[in-house]
Amino acid sequence: MTHDRVTYDLVVVGGGPAGVAGALTAALAGLRVALVDTGTRLGGQYFRHAAEPKPAPGLARFLRQGRALAARADVLLGHQVWNVSREPDGGLTVHCLTRRPAGERAVELRARRLLIATGAHDRPLPFPGWDLPGVLTAGGAQALLKGGGVLAGRRVVVSGTGPFLLPAAAGLAAAGARVLGVYEANGGLGLARHPLLALGKAGEAAGYTATLARHRVPYLTRRAVIAAHGEREVEAVTLARLDRDWNVLSSRVVACDTVAVGYGFVPQIELGTQLGCRTRADVDGSPVIDVDAAQRTSVPGVWAAGEPAGVGGWRLAELEGRIAGRAIAADHRADHRADQRADHHTGHPADPPPVFARRRERWRAFGAALQRAYPVKPGWQGWLRDDTLVCRCEEVPLARVREAQAMGATDARAVKLLARPGMGWCQGRICGYAVSCLAGEPPQEPRRPVAQPVTLGALASLTHPQTPATPQDPGDDPAH
Amino acid sequence: MSDVIVVGAGVVGAACAYYAARAGLDVTVIDRGPVAGGTTGSGEGNVLVSDKEPGPELELAVLSNRLWRELAGLGGFEFEPKGGLVVAETEEVRRQLTELAVKQDVEHTPVDGPALRDYEPHLAGGFAGGVFYPQDAQVQPMLAAATLLRRGADSFGHGTLRLRLGVRVTGFIRSGERVTGVRTSHGDVLGDAVVNAAGTWGGEVAALAGVELPILPRRGFILVTEPLREPLIRHKVYTAAYVTNVASDSAGLETSAVVEGTPAGTVLIGASRERVGFDRTTSVPVLARLAEQAVALFPALREVRAIRSYCGFRPYCPDHLPVIGADPRLPGLYHACGHEGAGIGLAPVTGHLLAQVLTGQRPDLDLHPFRPDRFAKEAS
Ligand SMILES: Cc1cc2nc3c(=O)[nH]c(=O)nc-3n(C[C@H](O)[C@H](O)[C@H](O)COP(=O)(O)OP(=O)(O)OC[C@H]3O[C@@H](n4cnc5c(N)ncnc54)[C@H](O)[C@@H]3O)c2cc1C
Ligand SMILES: Cc1cc2nc3c(=O)[nH]c(=O)nc-3n(C[C@H](O)[C@H](O)[C@H](O)COP(=O)(O)OP(=O)(O)OC[C@H]3O[C@@H](n4cnc5c(N)ncnc54)[C@H](O)[C@@H]3O)c2cc1C
Repeated sequence: MTHDRVTYDLVVVGGGPAGVAGALTAALAGLRVALVDTGTRLGGQYFRHAAEPKPAPGLARFLRQGRALAARADVLLGHQVWNVSREPDGGLTVHCLTRRPAGERAVELRARRLLIATGAHDRPLPFPGWDLPGVLTAGGAQALLKGGGVLAGRRVVVSGTGPFLLPAAAGLAAAGARVLGVYEANGGLGLARHPLLALGKAGEAAGYTATLARHRVPYLTRRAVIAAHGEREVEAVTLARLDRDWNVLSSRVVACDTVAVGYGFVPQIELGTQLGCRTRADVDGSPVIDVDAAQRTSVPGVWAAGEPAGVGGWRLAELEGRIAGRAIAADHRADHRADQRADHHTGHPADPPPVFARRRERWRAFGAALQRAYPVKPGWQGWLRDDTLVCRCEEVPLARVREAQAMGATDARAVKLLARPGMGWCQGRICGYAVSCLAGEPPQEPRRPVAQPVTLGALASLTHPQTPATPQDPGDDPAH
Repeated sequence: MSDVIVVGAGVVGAACAYYAARAGLDVTVIDRGPVAGGTTGSGEGNVLVSDKEPGPELELAVLSNRLWRELAGLGGFEFEPKGGLVVAETEEVRRQLTELAVKQDVEHTPVDGPALRDYEPHLAGGFAGGVFYPQDAQVQPMLAAATLLRRGADSFGHGTLRLRLGVRVTGFIRSGERVTGVRTSHGDVLGDAVVNAAGTWGGEVAALAGVELPILPRRGFILVTEPLREPLIRHKVYTAAYVTNVASDSAGLETSAVVEGTPAGTVLIGASRERVGFDRTTSVPVLARLAEQAVALFPALREVRAIRSYCGFRPYCPDHLPVIGADPRLPGLYHACGHEGAGIGLAPVTGHLLAQVLTGQRPDLDLHPFRPDRFAKEAS
């Protein structure tokens, strides 16, 4: 266990566009900042990149920000945060794990303020065969590509809903995979007609469309992969034509060896719910952290930016990070002045300049329009068979979920208690949305006191007396 | 109109409903949430005789242990009669443990230091010895509760069982001095008798009927690990400190982890005991203590990952005994709550005894120590 001897003015969790913008803004204002990310490089979902990055919109600027940040703040990569707690003295402890050759180690960071910029994860839906090797999430496929993984030569079908299927498919095609088609379960026209699209998204979308056209990848709406087949791995999929509620109209079988599916995103808000941050339902019903104009949550000293505050693409994430960084810096200055004058300050959030606020409104409206244009429709439940696994970690088939309901499990938590979906390794990140739908309730906010797996040895090491590290053991300083 | 209304679909309410229906009564079970959504859904499932001091609770535990074994025959839930191993750090504690076991007068085998590994090959070295209790067992409480409700609903003679979920009891209906039903969020429900099986909320439900029952929450955290490839732990294993913690009056944090493997391959480590009201905030120091104790018992767990943790609120009474039986202050009202950290273990005996009372039989055990009005008398 390591106790960093400093108390940071700000700890940022997440090194995507939101976290990096927030951390850099605060560091430039003179705050002592640490940024923590699980990954081995900064980037997050969109700017994740290989050691030798390929050019992409916004990437060069992001990499510059990352370098500027590294010069002014402690950037702790390979650090996974599993819990954030409030200490009796009002400060926050950010509990991380890091892998060292000697094994997993617990690292504790002390912080006066926290910025939650943990992004979102893919939202898959179960279908027969989705547990076969060869079935990936769209984000997973993209991560594989951006991390330098090989999918060249594979025959890929991309399916799900939402515009982010396009970049995933374009990336796959450009990397040499044979993309047989992009199958959008919704009508798909909604967004293109939306005037907001013209504001900025169009540039990117046009680029992806051009890539897909060059590789002759068809984009078809009201269609989806409703089953994957194969002995040991995917050999074929059933593609269906759907009505507007996603009931199957007709289907055919297509040979392929890889399927990338994505039905939107689930914001990762558990660090916020651990601290008791108030949540609200986003347009699509997902619980997100409720923030004010300055990205401040309902819990003092805690801000959220990017996807945990609502899904809307990387530009919104970056902007929210900047707004949060400014507000955090203002809060820091106010504390400082209060210290000097030894009186109480009331902590007014620093409202963002109007130009930022307006831009954020536009991007949020865009995010909301996306969620309205690409909803998940109930017909998918009809794709399942009794033996279709709903939860892959615990191997819970649909029949067992239905049985639990017949036995009195009237909500998703009770379904989990009786039939075990969501009790395994991923803690319901993958199946939680589907189980909520099957239980007939909107997704509930996550209860994950242990946000990431932690070895009992690392956990046990935290019982030792909380002595601050002494300068004699510099090797214990996680920042260097 | 039912013969009995049971308020609460936790494991205790489920057992009450099951035994009452089997005794021929028409039963309606009402819960504001789903089946097993209360403390039953955040308990651990120990069915222990080993941890009880000689006295009325141990008598309940011994009879309940036998009843669980019968109920396991219903199928539908995991019941593992795996036995419990209590280990002692020092020779002195080992001697005390062995003396306690003799006084408890339950099946047990004293185990000396070297023989501990015959029971638990992966146990840490250095323990002075312990006692093995073959009757200790494990039950999956949520499925057990759901199964009892389902099987109680199978018709036994004239008895039937109706389940009303998502229905909150908001008050009581009286006729003269008698309780004749409950008011709920979904209308009135009439019955000859009302059983308060509301667990940690038993005091609130009693208050709706105008009687006092001092039931308070005692928080507990449990750690759950990733599934192990090879089973590492065969029995329920805990250190002797557990026995003193269970009976403790301290409000402060006490941890002495019971460590065991489950059929799903995970290891359960729990639970802590603290009186902090209904505060759900995760306490990292508590989780760290649980992990430390588990690793001290089984060093091989050091590299195993905890993947989740949950907490719940045990329903406890000042004297650590449950409340079971008719409330002499209000005819028609019965209680079956306040079982603290043993409600899962003691559910069958509670249901069995209450069904005997409801049908006018003489209960198998003396209910005097569990009477609902004992606290008022003590106060005056
Ligand atoms: C397939 C796909 C295609 C997309 N295409 C586009 C596009 O074309 N245009 C667009 O605008 N958007 C696109 N997006 C969305 C875009 O990726 C997100 O909007 C953006 O990444 C959000 O930024 P963020 O900073 O909020 O989160 P992220 O970029 O997701 O960053 C979050 C970071 O937090 C880290 N983290 C999370 N939890 C922890 C923890 N407990 N401990 C330590 N670190 C943690 C993660 O490792 C990650 O690095 C796409 C998304 C996907 C999946
Ligand atoms: C961490 C932890 C570990 C534990 N480990 C063990 C163990 O190993 N072995 C053991 O035997 N015990 C254990 N226990 C204790 C055990 O879980 C409880 O004693 C037991 O579950 C109590 O069951 P119950 O049916 O009385 O209460 P509950 O399960 O809480 O059921 C009460 C029900 O009443 C309902 N209710 C309340 N008010 C109303 C109302 N107004 N209207 C309608 N419905 C209402 C609630 O919704 C709830 O479902 C543990 C407890 C904790 C917290």
